[in-house]
Amino acid sequence: MTINFKQSEEIIEEVLKVYPEKPKKNRKEHFGVNKKEDCGSCIAKSNLKSLPGVMTPRGCAYAGSKGVVWGAVKDVINISHGPVGCGIYSWGTRRNLASGEIGIENFVPFQFTTDFKERDIVFGGDKKLEQAIKELKGLFPTVKGIVVESECPIGLIGDDIEAVAKKTQAEFNIPVIPVRCEGFRGVSQSLGHHIANDSIRDFVVGNGKLDESKKTKYDVAILGDYNIGGDMWASKKVFEEIGLNVVAHWSGDGSIEKMQITHEVKYLLLHCYRSMNYIARHFEEKYAIPWVEYNFFGPTKIKESLRKIAALFDENIQQQAEKVIARHENEMQGVIDKYRPRLEGKKVMLLVGGLRPRHVVGAYEDLGMEVVAAAYEFAHSDDYERTTKELEEGVIVTDDMNEYEFVELANRLKPDLVASGIKEKYVFQKMGIPFRQMHSWDYSGPYHGYDGFEIFAKDMDLAINSPVWKFVKPAWKKN
Amino acid sequence: MRQVAIYGKGGIGKSTTTQNILAALAELGKKIMLVGCDPKSDSTRLLLGGKAQETVLNSVKEVGQENVTEEDVFKVGFGGIRCVESGGPEPGVGCAGRGIITSITTLEQLGSYEKDLDYVFYDVLGDVVCGGFAMPIREAYAKEIYIVCSGELMALYAANNICKGVLKFANSGGVRIGGIICNSRNVDNEKDMVDAFAKKIGTQMIHFIPRDNVVQRAEIQKKTVIEYDKSCGQADVYRELAGKIETNDMFIVPSPISMQELEDLMMEYGLMEEYERTTEAAKENTATQR
Repeated sequence: MTINFKQSEEIIEEVLKVYPEKPKKNRKEHFGVNKKEDCGSCIAKSNLKSLPGVMTPRGCAYAGSKGVVWGAVKDVINISHGPVGCGIYSWGTRRNLASGEIGIENFVPFQFTTDFKERDIVFGGDKKLEQAIKELKGLFPTVKGIVVESECPIGLIGDDIEAVAKKTQAEFNIPVIPVRCEGFRGVSQSLGHHIANDSIRDFVVGNGKLDESKKTKYDVAILGDYNIGGDMWASKKVFEEIGLNVVAHWSGDGSIEKMQITHEVKYLLLHCYRSMNYIARHFEEKYAIPWVEYNFFGPTKIKESLRKIAALFDENIQQQAEKVIARHENEMQGVIDKYRPRLEGKKVMLLVGGLRPRHVVGAYEDLGMEVVAAAYEFAHSDDYERTTKELEEGVIVTDDMNEYEFVELANRLKPDLVASGIKEKYVFQKMGIPFRQMHSWDYSGPYHGYDGFEIFAKDMDLAINSPVWKFVKPAWKKN
Repeated sequence: MRQVAIYGKGGIGKSTTTQNILAALAELGKKIMLVGCDPKSDSTRLLLGGKAQETVLNSVKEVGQENVTEEDVFKVGFGGIRCVESGGPEPGVGCAGRGIITSITTLEQLGSYEKDLDYVFYDVLGDVVCGGFAMPIREAYAKEIYIVCSGELMALYAANNICKGVLKFANSGGVRIGGIICNSRNVDNEKDMVDAFAKKIGTQMIHFIPRDNVVQRAEIQKKTVIEYDKSCGQADVYRELAGKIETNDMFIVPSPISMQELEDLMMEYGLMEEYERTTEAAKENTATQR
């Protein structure tokens, strides 16, 4: 490791120096220097209100519910209930791919809103919502469900969206699901995930039946894979290769009808723990279905995960898993041989949501790169619990890292790559630092599974070794 | 043009008192506009001889804010008073507070404030429960506030809360308290108590309106007392109050009191025997001192 413990602490101290006393004390609690044995809450305080005045990277509950969890389900229509902005500006921003005929089986590319006006605020918008649902069902008769996502004003004026949902559900005989994800609730989009999970629990889970003849002992469901750039497809392929039967996938390329029968599977495979642990725990408590976390970034983690999952099943699956691992070994070694020499020793800084700052570490390490700082937008202490083991000793860990801290840390850690989101991208590129978007994979993907790793490696190489960086240099390379 | 808002606890008689004051002011030849800011839209009933008015918000709903006209929403009532009702949603839906904001900005758009007027009166619902109901004072549409209250604890409590609202906006909007109007409920020792309360918060009890059944009879006839029986004593009471408002020059930033002080005030004035005992004792004291 190129950075040691003391050095990291000094860097943190220096970055925080500019704050007045109170915010300094507050932010310091959200910084930590990694020790592999550390507990989650000792490394950094988390899931707390952001400081006023800083440029937090966080989103809101609506973003978590609509943008992440519900937005990826393809056979339902999402209505952004409220004024037009929330719906329009979240339209098509998440790259959660879905297959199927658009407007018939797949409604992901659409954006619907009740477009609140002054009169709807004053007199209430229930009637307008009901009308919208009626019209949508008329325009798209094959739709399998309607999800109503509340924007802030709905919570303020107290519209009874539950009553509208109940009424229209009975009228059209499809699930109509009210989601109380007003953006002002909670401290980040994380509460939005929870609210969406709860709405799935209350209005979806257990409402369907898997045909007895179709049941197998290898039935599983993928949870927490949103098919960013085709991630879920790449993961599902691997599971099918080892002999598992993927009954449902949540919620990337997902279907409400499949979600309704998920309680019939044997195991739940959980990728994004942060956004779907709630529903996984519900399945465990109510249907006694065990869930297991896995990581499909990079061959080392894929191998570990496949063995861990196969161990839950019989020898047949275990043997197949070994075969699959062996079969891909050469191919993966080929990728590593090709890219590792170009990426060896390169330093990465991460600021992503609630999972990837720990999950992508292995993939970078497979390529010989090192993660020198990892930050979460909206993780909780159980995420940090899982993070300390993945990162090297001395790595700087930050919770809810703001723009100032990010830039200042970069100036001191001198990374060769910054991996974060669209809000951060141009800041760092203008500073002359190679950048990759780790929420949306820029315009690329998948990054999951064996198929994904080759693309991941290529993208990192393209970003870091692009000749364009000869023309813009970060401050520390200028002289 | 004087801009006046009448606030007070729900059911205290704001609308009745306001319309009677306005009728008296109209008798003096004043040009007046009355803006009812209550979703129940019953602030202009006595002046218009019944509830027959299209509300501003209904017009906004039907034709859109840009297309509302003065003819749609204004009605001329007793004494040439221009009456307008803000209106609002049915109970339990939407946002009445936002409704007041929408309504007042619509009137502004219509240029209703630019008319040659001596007075604009706002009759505002109950307590200042949210930002919307504070709109008339926050944005300085109303510059002087009169609070209607009685000697009942909750009425004084509401009046005190309204003062807190006024205090909040006194610096930015320049709003001031013009006085407390006591609308009697025949509570023990009411006049002294309300007077003491008014002094405590730094203002005056501008007038004491005794309880009189003629008010009720006029109301049933959808009339103000002045229109219903202009020679009765109660009509003169309202005339006197209107005169006091016309010549009022005491406008203050209130200093609201704490709940404890309010309760102490009740203790001091509200219990008749206690009041007599202490005042008699005081008298005796002064007597013996002499």
